[in-house]
Amino acid sequence: MRRTGTFYIQLAFTLLVCAFLIVPVIMSIMAGVTVNYFYGIKSGVTLRWVFEVWDLYSETIYLSLLISLACLACTIVLGVPAAYVLARKQGRIARMVEELLTLPLAIPGLAIALALLISYGGFREFRMSWTFILVGHVLYTLPFMLRAVLAVLSSTDFRTLEEGAASLGANFWQRFFGIVIPNCRSGILAGSLMVVTLSMGEFNLTWMLHTPLTKTLPVGLADAYASMRLEIGSAYTVVFLIMIIPLLLALQFFGKPPKPRAAVAEEVGR
Amino acid sequence: MTSPSRTPVRLLDCAKTFPDGTRALEPTNLEIEGGATVVLLGPSGCGKTTTLRIIAGLESPDSGGRILFDDEEVTDQPIEKRNVGMVFQSYALFPNMNVEQNVAYGLKVRKTPPEELATRVGEMLDMMDIRELKDRRIEQLSGGQRQRVALARAIAVRPRILLLDEPLTALDAILRERLRVEIDALLRGLGITTVYVTHDQSEAMALGDRIVVMSHGRVTQIGTPREIYYNPANRFVADFIGTMNRITGTARDGVLTTRAGRIPWEGGDSGEIEVLFRPENASIADLDQAHLRGRIATSFFLGDRTRLMVEGIGAEPLVVETSERREFRAGEEIGLVIAPNSLLTLKD
Repeated sequence: MRRTGTFYIQLAFTLLVCAFLIVPVIMSIMAGVTVNYFYGIKSGVTLRWVFEVWDLYSETIYLSLLISLACLACTIVLGVPAAYVLARKQGRIARMVEELLTLPLAIPGLAIALALLISYGGFREFRMSWTFILVGHVLYTLPFMLRAVLAVLSSTDFRTLEEGAASLGANFWQRFFGIVIPNCRSGILAGSLMVVTLSMGEFNLTWMLHTPLTKTLPVGLADAYASMRLEIGSAYTVVFLIMIIPLLLALQFFGKPPKPRAAVAEEVGR
Repeated sequence: MTSPSRTPVRLLDCAKTFPDGTRALEPTNLEIEGGATVVLLGPSGCGKTTTLRIIAGLESPDSGGRILFDDEEVTDQPIEKRNVGMVFQSYALFPNMNVEQNVAYGLKVRKTPPEELATRVGEMLDMMDIRELKDRRIEQLSGGQRQRVALARAIAVRPRILLLDEPLTALDAILRERLRVEIDALLRGLGITTVYVTHDQSEAMALGDRIVVMSHGRVTQIGTPREIYYNPANRFVADFIGTMNRITGTARDGVLTTRAGRIPWEGGDSGEIEVLFRPENASIADLDQAHLRGRIATSFFLGDRTRLMVEGIGAEPLVVETSERREFRAGEEIGLVIAPNSLLTLKD
């Protein structure tokens, strides 16, 4: 088989991807389960470091879970109705609000965190609690929920669906919870996975907002890298991967557009 | 259905101006007899859908307009309070529910007791012949099946008025024809006051007890299908419904003299006039006995009949149809006899 120039370019690209994307992950995992990194893998394989991470940092894992779930709750409660209103209103103000809500994506997390600290850092109780971090996370993840739900709403003629429901006697709340919400389930699900994943991994904002008592998983990771032996930092990475990979897989699985089944319908129909 | 709803509907001075200033409907008065099927007919943008949506309660008329169901004023009631059944062009079936749940939705929202709900849904499924589809998801249905479900869903709540917005437009020709027959039988059977919107004149003729022809936000004529067809009120109606031929000539002493011959004239007008007639009122005759003589421009063989375009008589070629089996050639000279009592004159 003759190999063209394109083949070698593609091969080089693939190797580069492997070198920078896959190899470091594997190295990290290896380091996390090696008895002594300086002697390499031949010094033996152990889960000791992973358990040590659990002893030292399990608090951060629980906090991260708590914050990401709370963040999810907030983004659903705020984001879904907001998306609904924005999809209904076509005016300029609606578009401005949409842009405004998307703004946190364009601003560095550190800047958002700093702004939050300047504005509300004075409220001691609030500043000390994990809800302070939650606010930052909600600001940062809300646009993702909003976009995901808006995409579904604008791809279905939900206005006519609502009119249909109204003609059958359903009031606003019955229409909203019985028709609108169930029909943007796929958007809410995709948005939710995105929000949880992002909230779990968020470092920029969180690093600025955290206190010694409110460390999340990525902040703990930074802490481990800075102050512990390399094996522990790497074992922490392993823990992080174990938590985040199922979410990413779910995101891939549910993020796919639904299979077009309309074609099947015509065959089934008589 | 035990007690068919024969609610009359009245629109008084209903106009609709959209926020951008477009006048979708000029001030309109409309009375719909209880139990009748009224078809709102007209080209797109004529205000027919706006009128339907005003009756439904999906749009509110400009201030001053009033809507009455029976003698009850419903102007300020939203659609969910009006107890209407509505069928949309896009069906608007709920994708998150199966066929049975769609049909049951209105009853569920009304908190109908479970046993009654089950019976009523069963009746609807049988009536529309969709029982075997009851567990299907909406995306698994064909267009015709969706329309049946939409009808069943709208009727299940026993609405006061049934509103149909171009329900057959999204279907292919054969299915449209079949469902039209079914809908006709259904409406006759139900005896419920029905408002049906369409731009298809043959649909309007077949289904309507009365047809309301609309154009540019105004009602141009209201009448039975026959009245509309035989006595169109103006040129717009004449042209929109069926085909109209027009010729000009001079009427005097019971004879209309045109450039292509003379026709007996029974009308009262005299002088230079324009007369109109339908294709089926002209027949082919021998040249020496014909009222009018012209030349065949084109002929279309349609199977059961042949449509001829005849030039040299009116300003536009005349449309004539014949069931003669012979072949007609372009350029051939042809004689026409027009039934004198079919000639129409229209002021505007």
